[in-house]
Amino acid sequence: MVSPKDFVGRDVLSILDFNREELDYIMDVADEVERNMDAYRGLLSGKTMAILFFEPSTRTRLSFEAAMKKLGGLTLDMGEPTRASIEKGETLTDTIRVVQNYADLIVLRHPKEGAAKLAAEVADIPVINGGSGAEEHPTQAMLDLYTIRRCKKRIDGLRIGILGDLKYGRTTHSLAYALSNYDVKLYLVSPELLRMRREVLRHISGRIEVQELESIDQVLPELDVLYVTRIQKERFVDESEYLKVKGSYRVTIDTLSKMKKDAIIMHPLPRVDEIAIEVDSTPNAVYFKQVYYGLLTRMSIISLVLGALSGK
Amino acid sequence: MDERRELRVQKIKDGTVIDHITAGYALDVLRILGLTGKEGLTISVVMNVPSHKLGLKDIVKIEGKELVESEVHKIALIAPNATINIIRDYEVLSKMKVKIPDILVGLVKCGNPSCISNSHEPIKPVFHVISKDPLLIQCHYCRRIMDRNDALLNLI
Ligand SMILES: Nc1ncnc2c1ncn2[C@@H]1O[C@H](COP(=O)(O)OP(=O)(O)OP(=O)(O)O)[C@@H](O)[C@H]1O
Ligand SMILES: [Mg+2]
Ligand SMILES: [Zn+2]
Repeated sequence: MVSPKDFVGRDVLSILDFNREELDYIMDVADEVERNMDAYRGLLSGKTMAILFFEPSTRTRLSFEAAMKKLGGLTLDMGEPTRASIEKGETLTDTIRVVQNYADLIVLRHPKEGAAKLAAEVADIPVINGGSGAEEHPTQAMLDLYTIRRCKKRIDGLRIGILGDLKYGRTTHSLAYALSNYDVKLYLVSPELLRMRREVLRHISGRIEVQELESIDQVLPELDVLYVTRIQKERFVDESEYLKVKGSYRVTIDTLSKMKKDAIIMHPLPRVDEIAIEVDSTPNAVYFKQVYYGLLTRMSIISLVLGALSGK
Repeated sequence: MDERRELRVQKIKDGTVIDHITAGYALDVLRILGLTGKEGLTISVVMNVPSHKLGLKDIVKIEGKELVESEVHKIALIAPNATINIIRDYEVLSKMKVKIPDILVGLVKCGNPSCISNSHEPIKPVFHVISKDPLLIQCHYCRRIMDRNDALLNLI
């Protein structure tokens, strides 16, 4: 049986660090947070979370900040990294050694893969990976799972398509790992150039049924969930490679017409043009609800890691 | 054996014989040892000769050289069946089979250019060996999986 004690002081580096029971528990706490918002309001008073984002982000940063503040905690934000501060070249190791003196928890976003792992080894306080390069984004995967559970009332038995940039899209890596804990069928749909990373495939294909496809059309009628991602332009080493795949897929009302009535469309945001605006107003579009579920999920994980629930 | 068909390489007095090297990898072994031939050491390299155990194998013999542990580990990565024979006074003094350690520290750099271990942090690259044959190693930091070929390209 999972208990809140299992989470105290833990790092959240990779979704792979959590088993199914733990993921379910985090979602149960998210439900509980929503039901008893008032009781959670002062839960983390006196606690401080340092937000170290070495990559531009507004959404994830705001989400973590909102989650901490709604629980009555403080946030210390390093601010947007300027070119000057990066070029001054302090190592991440040194930054962590300094910052951990001010905070009880660090949320780190960093362009290098494995950065959160390094930070966690240096720090004596827990580190949450808020996104590392093209690698992983574990809290995003938790909130994606939670969104599916909230919208579909279950995760087991679903047929889920992940569409888009599966090579550089870190949310797709973490989500695929997360889903491999459940009994789902996963369709990975991408242009050839943007296929799912082999280490992810290697891990999940032994655990769930996975099919790689270049076009979504043939599986649309089967899907319960379609998770759409943006092409990660900024991670392409070669501009001409980007131009080859730019605009290669798009979800429209026409796409929806080929899907189950109650299928849901998800997206980690920000979107560029992969989902037509006309889709937003359909009941199938849940990508803005995802933001709210993300807040609840992050409130859950922060409370658990800081040990605020283990007295209960 | 027919004497006329045998090429005799002069025996070494003191040094190391690396035997049972995966055929075709002798030059990589020399590269691991940092030997270019310009050091003046007597070296003989035998490539693609018949072997009972391996079909074909390479052999490297180096006069006046003893290997350090990190060199042995790196050789193990590319030639997992290699044996290291220490020669003293023309005789085989000791023989050991190379062994791939479970964790590789500072032997191979991560092939992922975006890995934190390739930036200026005060850390050595670390890999976990997930399979010895075929070789598969996983970066401790970014979890990138590399095979024998990747490892060979990224030897430190
Ligand atoms: N003095 C020497 N100079 C050069 N090479 C030598 C010398 N002594 C032994 N060797 C070589 O070292 C290797 C190991 O020698 P050894 O006599 O142990 O052969 P072996 O019994 O075939 O060993 P293994 O069982 O490892 O194949 C052989 O390739 C041999 O030719
Ligand atoms: Mg022999
Ligand atoms: Zn790495």
